[in-house]
Amino acid sequence: MTEKLSKEPADTPPAEEPSGTTTVIPASPVGEVIKAIPVRHYGRWVSGVIVIALLLLIGYSFSQGDIQWNAIPAKIFDDSVVAGAGRTLLVSVLAMVLGVVLGIVLAVMRLSKNPVTSGVAWLYIWFFRGTPVYLQLLLWFNLALIFPYLDLGPLYKDEMTDVMTPFLCALLGLGLNEAAYMAEICRAGLLAVDEGQTEASQALGMSQGKTLRRIVIPQAMRVIVPPTGNEFINMLKTSALVYAVTYNELLRSTSAIGSTSYAVMEMLFVAAIWYLVMTSVFSVFQFYLERRYARGSLRSLPDTPLQKIKANLLGLSGDRSVR
Amino acid sequence: MSVMVQAENVYKSFGHVEVLKGINLEVATGEVFCLVGPSGSGKSTFLRCINHLEKVNAGRLSVDGQLVGYRQKGDKLYELKDSEVARQRREIGMVFQRFNLFPHMTALENVMEAPVQVKGESKATARERAVKLLDRVGLGDKAGNYPTQLSGGQQQRVAIARALAMEPKLMLFDEPTSALDPELVGDVLDVMRGLAEDGMTMIVVTHEMGFAREVGDSLVFMDEGVVVESGHPRDVLTNPQHDRTKSFLSKVL
Ligand SMILES: Nc1ncnc2c1ncn2[C@@H]1O[C@H](COP(=O)(O)OP(=O)(O)OP(=O)(O)O)[C@@H](O)[C@H]1O
Ligand SMILES: [Mg+2]
Repeated sequence: MTEKLSKEPADTPPAEEPSGTTTVIPASPVGEVIKAIPVRHYGRWVSGVIVIALLLLIGYSFSQGDIQWNAIPAKIFDDSVVAGAGRTLLVSVLAMVLGVVLGIVLAVMRLSKNPVTSGVAWLYIWFFRGTPVYLQLLLWFNLALIFPYLDLGPLYKDEMTDVMTPFLCALLGLGLNEAAYMAEICRAGLLAVDEGQTEASQALGMSQGKTLRRIVIPQAMRVIVPPTGNEFINMLKTSALVYAVTYNELLRSTSAIGSTSYAVMEMLFVAAIWYLVMTSVFSVFQFYLERRYARGSLRSLPDTPLQKIKANLLGLSGDRSVR
Repeated sequence: MSVMVQAENVYKSFGHVEVLKGINLEVATGEVFCLVGPSGSGKSTFLRCINHLEKVNAGRLSVDGQLVGYRQKGDKLYELKDSEVARQRREIGMVFQRFNLFPHMTALENVMEAPVQVKGESKATARERAVKLLDRVGLGDKAGNYPTQLSGGQQQRVAIARALAMEPKLMLFDEPTSALDPELVGDVLDVMRGLAEDGMTMIVVTHEMGFAREVGDSLVFMDEGVVVESGHPRDVLTNPQHDRTKSFLSKVL
C-alpha cells in the first residue's frame, strides 16, 4: 500500500507550456469497443426452467377444472357487468376526489397553530382510521334507524332512507374514510417542503393562501402523488365492500349473474379481469402524473415508455448514443 | 438625507433566549449598509425582523417611516393583519443564504411569480420585466432552466432578480455568498455592486470584508445582540476601536 501511495503519479499533468506551442495529448486506448465472452449464468437457466414448468402445471390443472371457459368472453361485456364496472370506477373516483380534497383540508388543519382546528382534525383522523371501513359503510347505511328524517331547518327536509341512497352511502363511507388516510399522506407531504420556501414566498409579499397553493402544495405533490396512486388502486378494490350497502358495483353485478347462471367461479374471473384492467390502466396514468410532479426535482425527467421504445429502436438501427 | 430603516432599542427573544438586546441604528436611503459579526450574534434575526418574518418584542422598528408589523393610534399599538403585513413586505426584497428559489418553477417563472400573484400584473408585462432582470444579472440564456439545473451562483442571481421584480425600495441580503464556491462569489457580488451603483438601499449581512470596504457606505459590527461599533467601513475595518471588533476582524480578515 505505502509503496503504491509513494509512487509518482503515472500521468503527471504536463507543465504549463509557454503560449504558442501546442501540447500533444497522448493517445489513449479508450474508444475501442470491448468484445468479451459474457459470463454464463447456469443457475438462472435452471431456475427459469423450474418456474416455467410450475406455471405450465398450474395452467394445465385449470384447463382440466370444471370451468365453462366460454362463459367468460360471453359475459365479460354483458350490459350489467359493464355497468357494474362503470359504477365501481365512478364511486372510486368520486370517493377519491372527496378523500383528497378533504384530506388536504384536514392536513392543513392539523398543521394549524389553532389548537381547536388541529384537535378537530386529529379527532377525525382518530375515528376514521381507527374503525373498519366496512363498519363505517354500515353506519351510513343504517343512519335512518336513529335519524328517520334529515331536517336542515327551512332548507331541506326528507326521509333519511330517500337521502341515503346506496350510492351516497358508498361515496360517504369510502370517501370520508379515505380522507383520514389522505390527511396523513398530505401532512407528510406538506412537512417535507423546506421552510425556506414559505419564507421566500412571504418575503415576496404573498399571502398565506397563495403561499400554500402556489408554492407549498405543488412541491408537496411530489411526495403526495406516489402513495396517493397506491391509495387509489386500493380504493378500486376496496370499493367491492360497498356490496354491503347494496350499491350495484362490479362485484355485486357479476355475483348476481353468477348465482343465477350457476357460473359462480367464471363470473368471479370476469370481475378479476375487470379489476386488473382498471388497475393496470391507472398504473400507466400514475406514471405520467408522477413524472409531471417531478418537474424541477430531477435534472432530467425519466423517459416515458414511448420515449424508451423510440430510443431502443434508434439504438437498434445503429445510432448508439450513450445516455 | 432621508431614513429608510430606523431601529430604536429593538429587542427580540426566542423563549428565554434574548437574541437582540436593544439594537439602535439608522439606514439612510440609498446607502449600502453592511452588518457583520460572529455567528449567533443575531444578524439574521435582525434582518428577519425588518420584514416581519420575526416579531419584535420591544422597541420600534420602522421602514420608510412606517412601523413594521404595527399601527400606532394615539399611544396604542395595533397588530397589522396578515394582508397588511404582506403589503409591507412587497416593498422589501430579501435574498437568502440558501437561495430558496422555487424548485418547481423555471428561472423565468420564479421571477414572474410575485408580480403576477401579488401585484396582479399581466403575464406579458411580468414576463417582459423578468426577461430584462435576468439579462441584468447575466442569466438571459438560462430563463428556461429549473433551479436544479443552475449552479449556486446562478441560483443566487436568479433569487436577486426575483426580489427585484417586485421593485422594492429596500433589499435585504443575508450572507448571499456564504453557500457559494469561492469562484462563484464574484458574479453575485458584481450584481450587488451594480445595484448599489443604481442607488438601491441595501442591508447586507456578509463576511466579505473586501466587498464591505469597497461598496459599503456604513458598517455595523454586532455581537451578542448589541451594536458594538459602527461607522464608515474603511474606518471600522482598518481602525477598530473595541476589543471585540478587533478580535473578530483578526479572525476574518
Ligand atoms: N427560530 C429560532 N428559535 C430559537 N432560537 C433561534 C431562532 N432563530 C435564531 N435563534 C437563535 O438566535 C441566535 C442568533 O441567531 P442568528 O441566526 O440571528 O445569528 P447570526 O448572527 O445570523 O449567525 P450566523 O452568522 O451563523 O448566521 C442564535 O443563538 C440562534 O440559535
Ligand atoms: Mg445568519
